[in-house]
Amino acid sequence: MPKKTTPGQDLRRGIWQENPVLVQMLGLCPALAVTNTVENSLAMGLATFFVLFCSSLLVSTFRRLIPQAVRIATYILIIATFVTVADMVLEAVVPEIHKALGAFIALIVVNCVILGRQEAFSSKNTVGRSLLDATGTGIGFVIALFLLGSIREILGYGSFLGIPLFGDSYEPWIIFILPPGGFLTIGFILLALNGWEQRKLQRTKTGTPPGGAVTREAA
Amino acid sequence: MGNLVWIFVAAMVVNNFTLAYFLGLCPFMGVSGRVYTALRMGAANVFVLTVASVWAWILNTYVLPHAPYLRLISFILVIASAVQITEMVIKKLSPTLFRALGIYLPLITTNCAILGMAIFQTNRGYNFFEGIFFAWGAGAGLTLALVLMASIRQELEVADVPRIARGNAIVFLIAGILSMAFMGFAGLLS
Repeated sequence: MPKKTTPGQDLRRGIWQENPVLVQMLGLCPALAVTNTVENSLAMGLATFFVLFCSSLLVSTFRRLIPQAVRIATYILIIATFVTVADMVLEAVVPEIHKALGAFIALIVVNCVILGRQEAFSSKNTVGRSLLDATGTGIGFVIALFLLGSIREILGYGSFLGIPLFGDSYEPWIIFILPPGGFLTIGFILLALNGWEQRKLQRTKTGTPPGGAVTREAA
Repeated sequence: MGNLVWIFVAAMVVNNFTLAYFLGLCPFMGVSGRVYTALRMGAANVFVLTVASVWAWILNTYVLPHAPYLRLISFILVIASAVQITEMVIKKLSPTLFRALGIYLPLITTNCAILGMAIFQTNRGYNFFEGIFFAWGAGAGLTLALVLMASIRQELEVADVPRIARGNAIVFLIAGILSMAFMGFAGLLS
């Protein structure tokens, strides 16, 4: 069993301290592929949130009934069902966004964030706590995508949610809406986070060596 | 024949799965530490991609016209079974290779490149042979990206990286530059 945490910690943990994208390096494919505008990022983030929440609900409800040997296959099937629902709903409600996101809606199935939460948390904890955990992780995922999408849209199109920011004289940095921009943006965000963390470490002067805080496990 | 070669080249370099579509990033970040592991991982991926492509074609032709909503669920089941079978076969035939691949073998199931390939193949309406060549091109592209990254990271071990860039930050920045280099191939397609 994981060590005891309070419900508040279950909720908060995923948002910042163990942010799925920026700290755990999970779910990178959607986080980089569709975040060229804020609108797409939010749609992707909310769709993932929905799938994560519903899967956690089902998995934690049936956690005593799912046999250990086929648990991963069961989780994947549960997730795939909700992704199909999300796919159809998006297609019916917002066809343009569904078209822009393309195959990446279907690829929520293999988003490691969702499977990871089922395996690490929902399969071992009560329904209520699993839902708190799913909500926290989902919010963390949406925040990370929103951050990436904002930076890329502001630099790449010179706009935010489609509203121009800088006037006509601004020359957009096209590279940020193209694939390399995704890698570069998350690289710079990690640089900033590392720098911030090291300054915090230096200020508190704890015994941890500076390198230890920086090298994070790749997923 | 020219068409098939074209599909292969397009999937391998012009629309490289990892560097242009961001598919298969987990192994790209996780297994690209050494060239040896990267090559093995690439080979295992090519195999699973081929099996998945054949099954996606069979399902698309015979099953899914009757039940389109089952597409995602049936694809992921087929991929999970293909990975399981690969695992069992490799374990039986070559226990050494099985140990070398370790945890990365079962993780291929959640590699988005496999499911992504099956979905792209469906969306573009490829026939049987086109699908196979697409899968090979995608696999070759994944392997190429993995090996390139692994070679750079091996050099990086002895380089003096600024302290705040150590860990994943420098890997992403390098991936960005690699991806920029691959954009040079985009002109091939027009």
